[in-house]
Amino acid sequence: MYSACKLNKQGDNIQPWQFGDTTTSLAANPDATTISIEDPGETPKHRAGPPRSLGREEDDELLGNDDSDKTELLAGQKKSSPFWTFEYYQTFFDVDTYQVFDRIKGSLLPIPGKNFVRLYIRSNPDLYGPFWICATLVFAIAISGNLSNFLIHLGEKTYHYVPEFRKVSIAATIIYAYAWLVPLALWGFLVWRNSKVMSIVSYSFLEIVCVYGYSLFIYIPTAILWIIPQKAVRWVLVMIALGVSGSVLAMTFWPAVREDNRRIALATIVTIVLLHMLLSVGCLAYFFDAPEMDHLLTSTAAPNQTVVAAKSS
Amino acid sequence: MFLLSQQRPLELKIFFPNSSQFAGLSDISIPQDIPVEGEITIPVRSRIREFDSSTLNESVQNTIMRDLKAVGKKFMHVLYPRKSNTLLRDWDLWGPLILCVTLALMLQRGSVDSEKDGGPQFAEVFVIVWFGAVTITLNSKLLGGNISFFQSLCVLGYCILPLTMAMLVCRLVLLAEPGPINFMVRLFVVIIMFAWSIVASTAFLADSQPPNRKALAVYPVFLFYFVISWMILTFTPQ
Repeated sequence: MYSACKLNKQGDNIQPWQFGDTTTSLAANPDATTISIEDPGETPKHRAGPPRSLGREEDDELLGNDDSDKTELLAGQKKSSPFWTFEYYQTFFDVDTYQVFDRIKGSLLPIPGKNFVRLYIRSNPDLYGPFWICATLVFAIAISGNLSNFLIHLGEKTYHYVPEFRKVSIAATIIYAYAWLVPLALWGFLVWRNSKVMSIVSYSFLEIVCVYGYSLFIYIPTAILWIIPQKAVRWVLVMIALGVSGSVLAMTFWPAVREDNRRIALATIVTIVLLHMLLSVGCLAYFFDAPEMDHLLTSTAAPNQTVVAAKSS
Repeated sequence: MFLLSQQRPLELKIFFPNSSQFAGLSDISIPQDIPVEGEITIPVRSRIREFDSSTLNESVQNTIMRDLKAVGKKFMHVLYPRKSNTLLRDWDLWGPLILCVTLALMLQRGSVDSEKDGGPQFAEVFVIVWFGAVTITLNSKLLGGNISFFQSLCVLGYCILPLTMAMLVCRLVLLAEPGPINFMVRLFVVIIMFAWSIVASTAFLADSQPPNRKALAVYPVFLFYFVISWMILTFTPQ
């Protein structure tokens, strides 16, 4: 949409802003100079280029057209406060509600070919999502683990319910360490590889933290569904969650390592997915008791004890 | 000059001009010199000193009752949440401290057996409440809210009052026979009080956020009170 205002020859504004129809006003006053301001939200559709292969198109998306260059410049202009002022940290929370919802949706529905960072985060990594998703996940795992243990041991006489509050601190340590240290290591690794093999795509540390934070969102409903005390159900949930969030991570980081040695690239992606799986399996094993085995153990222990008591008396 | 005495005897003489120069005063006949005697209190410094000395001299009971009345008034505002500014304008942290300590004490168990005792300790409850409130306040300020740090702490602390009442009720209910009905009663009470806390705190806090980020600022409050409700609900005495 173009908006224009009419100026007379001295440059004074003689008419208010008129939206839309510039042709009639130009026709009415052909001597007027017009200033037109293009709506920055539009992507210019007149770009033509040589036919490209599918992979390179993705790179162009990542490198950006003018649009993303503009937004990157603007993003660079935003963060200008020194790091000891409050305003510096406010730039990391500059998101609206609908933006956070969009990013969560993007992490739940990984579409092949659409890069999460490029699509949702490029201009504006935020710390709100990662921090509060991790906090929710900590409490979801601790509370679901507690509930599931309570339900599993419900009928037993020897079981006394305890809220197991220690596990909240352990869960918090694990989840926050994963959400911050693994991105740090990955960022350091990518920077090191970038210095050896020039890659077109590079991510900043905050963008990596952002991707990891939002990719953990799928584990919140997974943790709640882990209350169901069936081993098969739990492992199916592990696989689904790993598939979704692993593919988000893999599709995000594949363009960054693609230029590199084939083996190193594959090893990086495999390590990312493996660490993710380690997190989910570790949480399942530590916070949730195994469902059927405990029942079997106590029911086989009881007759043994009665037999021993009978023998000794 | 104004150091010792706040009130100075003053002699003031007012001179009235001829009454004919002022039309409205033409029917008033006033003699020429009127000596006026009185006392003047000098505004800035001596007023503060006067206030200080008057609260210093009052009895301890007066001081405590004044603070307790302020706390009690805010409790009423939390229990019947209306759009009012009292909590925000005259914030204080006594109420949150009293509520937090009461809640932490009630969540204690009788025995000190640490192996079987998996519940939250006093320090854990204290840390969760205060660090949770600080984190939520920082979050709302970082999102661009225009509420001050201590005002937000005050509101969040005072809105724990319904949950503290729920804890009291739960402890009383737990004196009766344990069983599913017992649990359902406790669950019902905790859910109602949880909703009440959220409504009360949202009534005070929501206006201070920019409109397109209200949900982002309210969600951590929801999480905070949910965790406290969970601690209350899972409390089991020895």
